[in-house]
Amino acid sequence: MTKLYNEPSPLETRVLTKRFGLPNSASLDTYLATDGYVAIRKAIEMTQDDVINEVKASNLRGRGGAGFPTGMKWGFVPRSSPKPKYIVVNADESEPGTCKDRLLMEYDPHQLIEGMMIAGRAVDAKAGYIYIRGEYRYLIDIMDKAIAEAYQRGYLGKNLFGSDFSFDCYTHTGAGAYECGEESALLESLEGKRGVPRIRPPFPAVVGAWQCPTILNNVETFCAVPPIIRDGGAAFAALGVPKAGGTRLTCLSGHLNKPGVYELALGFPLDKMINEVGGGIPNGRKLKAFIPGGSSCPILTAAECEGLTMDYDSMANAKTMLGSGGVVVMDDTTDMVKVALRIMRFYAHESCGWCIPCREGTAWLRKILTRFVDGMGTKQDINLIGDLAHNMLGRTFCPLGDAAALPTISIVEKFRDEFEAYLARTTVSIPVQSDLPVLQPGM
Amino acid sequence: MTFSPELEEKFARLLTIYPEGRQRSAVVPMLMFAQDEVGHVTPELIEEIAKRIGIPTVQIEEVVTYYSMLHQKPMGKYHVQICTNVSCMLTGGTELWERACQKLGIGHLQRTGDGQISLEEVECIGACSWAPALQVNYDFHHNVTPEKLDEILEACRKVN
Ligand SMILES: Cc1cc2nc3c(=O)[nH]c(=O)nc-3n(C[C@H](O)[C@H](O)[C@H](O)COP(=O)(O)O)c2cc1C
Ligand code: SF4
Ligand code: FES
Repeated sequence: MTKLYNEPSPLETRVLTKRFGLPNSASLDTYLATDGYVAIRKAIEMTQDDVINEVKASNLRGRGGAGFPTGMKWGFVPRSSPKPKYIVVNADESEPGTCKDRLLMEYDPHQLIEGMMIAGRAVDAKAGYIYIRGEYRYLIDIMDKAIAEAYQRGYLGKNLFGSDFSFDCYTHTGAGAYECGEESALLESLEGKRGVPRIRPPFPAVVGAWQCPTILNNVETFCAVPPIIRDGGAAFAALGVPKAGGTRLTCLSGHLNKPGVYELALGFPLDKMINEVGGGIPNGRKLKAFIPGGSSCPILTAAECEGLTMDYDSMANAKTMLGSGGVVVMDDTTDMVKVALRIMRFYAHESCGWCIPCREGTAWLRKILTRFVDGMGTKQDINLIGDLAHNMLGRTFCPLGDAAALPTISIVEKFRDEFEAYLARTTVSIPVQSDLPVLQPGM
Repeated sequence: MTFSPELEEKFARLLTIYPEGRQRSAVVPMLMFAQDEVGHVTPELIEEIAKRIGIPTVQIEEVVTYYSMLHQKPMGKYHVQICTNVSCMLTGGTELWERACQKLGIGHLQRTGDGQISLEEVECIGACSWAPALQVNYDFHHNVTPEKLDEILEACRKVN
C-alpha cells in the first residue's frame, strides 16, 4: 500500500480518491486495472453534445472556489470557431487551507489526464496544459512521468484508439503567486507574463489561452469527469444534494484531532465532519470559529455552524461560501485579531497591485491590524477596519479584493469584543521589535 | 552561458510545447529550471533566456520581479521556507518561524554567512492538513515540531 498522508475515514464516499492507497496507484497499469481510460473510449463514441449533457446531468460544479456549473461552462465554448481550442488545468492550489489537488495528482495522475481528454473531446481541443504551482515541483515530475507513459502506450497522441481524436498534454510550472490561481491571471502567466488579470467578458471559454477558446477548470473538477462519463451523470448527481452533485475533497485543518483530506458527499453534516471525520477538537476545547472553504470566505461562529451541511446552498444561506474545500477549525483559545491580521498580511502580499482599492486597501488594513496586535489600536480603528473593507467590496477587477474584505468584515463584526479587549491592553510605549527582516514589515 | 545537458534538453523541449509563435510562454518555466541550476536569477541569465526566446530583456525582468519564487540574489544551498499562514499559525508555525530566525540569526530572505541556509517566511504551501509545514528547497516536511525543526536545520548545516 502506498503511504497516505492521513488515515482514510469510513465516512468517506470514495469516488475520485478510490485509487488512493493502491500499490503503484500513479502507474498506468494500476489505472487500467481499475476502470482507467474506459470513459474516454466511451466519450469518443458519444456526440460532443451528449458528453456535455452528461456533465450537465451530473450537477458538477467547479471545485476551484466559485462553484460555477461545469457542463454549462463547457457549453460556452464556440465549437465552430476556426481557432484551435485548449484545455487548461488550474493546479495552482494556493487558497490558504487547501491541499487536495496535490493528492489527486500525486496518487492518480491518469485520472486527471483522462478528464482533460474528455473535455478536449467535448469541445474539439487537441492540447491541454496543466498549470502547477511552483512549490509543487515533485508533482511536475509525477505528471510528466504519467504523461510519458500514456504517450508510450498509445493513450495520448494522434488518432487515439483508432479514432480521429488526437490529444497532447503538457505540464507548466508557476513560480509563486496566489493571484495566478485566478483564471485570467493564470492565462497571462501561462503566456509568460506577470499574473495580472484580464478584463472579462470575454471569458476564457471564448477568448482564453493565446486568444483562443479555452476550458479552464480546477484539478478536482477534471478528475470528476471520468467517473461521470463512465457511470453516468445521474449516478454522480445522486451522491450529492439536489443542486450539486458528487463529492468534495475536503481539507480539514486547524484545531482537530484527525486533520486530513477526506472525500465527503456534498451535503455532509458540518458537525459530523468536525467531530467524527476530523476526530473532534483536541483537549476538550470548544469550537470558536470556522472557515468553510479557504481564507477568502466569511468566517462563521460556532453558533452559526449549528445544523449546517457542507454544500453550496447551505453555506450561501449562512452568508458564506463553500469555496475551495479548505476547512479551518479554530478552538476557543484562538486570538481572532491575530487571525484577521494573518489573513490580511496574505492578501496584501498577494495583491497584484492593479486596482487601487485592493492594493491600498489591503496594505492599509494590514497596517491597522498590525497596530492593533502591537497594542496600539484605538477605538476608531475598529470601525475603520470595517469601513475600509466594505469600501473594497465590488470595486476591483478580480475577486481578490472581495476575498480580502469578506473574512475581515466577518471577523470584525462577529468578534468585535476581541478587538475591544485589545484596546484595554493598549500600551503607550512602543513595543520592541526585532530588527531582522520579516515577510512584510509592520510599518 | 553554458548549462548542463539536462537543462539544455529541458529548454529545447520548452521551446516546442507551446503553440507556434507563443514561445514567450516558456519564460517562467525556463527561469525556474535555470534558477535551480544557477542558484539565482542573474542579469546574464535574463539576457540568455531573452536571446533564446527572442524577446526583449525587459519582458523577462518584469516577470522576475512579479513571482516570489524567483530570486535575484543568492539564497542558501538549503532554502528553508516556513509557512505561517492560518492553518500553520494555529498549529505552531509562527513559533517555528521565530525559532528558526533565532537559531540562525537571520530573517526573511537572508542567508547564513557560510551560504548554507537561507530562510523565507512563506504563504500557504498546500500542506494545511499536515500543519505546521515547511519546505527545504522543494522537499516538504509535514507536522513539524520544534525538535524536528532543529534536526532539519542541523542536517542543512552539514556541508557535503
Ligand atoms: C485570487 C484567486 C485565486 C484563485 N486560486 C485558485 C486556485 O488556486 N485553484 C483553482 O482551481 N481556482 C482558483 N481560483 C478560481 C479560478 O479563478 C477559477 O474560477 C477556477 O479555476 C475555475 O475552475 P472550476 O470551475 O473548476 O472551479 C482563484 C480565484 C481567485 C479570484
Ligand atoms: S483585485 Fe487586487 S489582485 Fe485582483 S486585479 Fe485588482 S489589484 Fe490585482
Ligand atoms: S497554511 Fe501552512 S500549508 Fe497551508
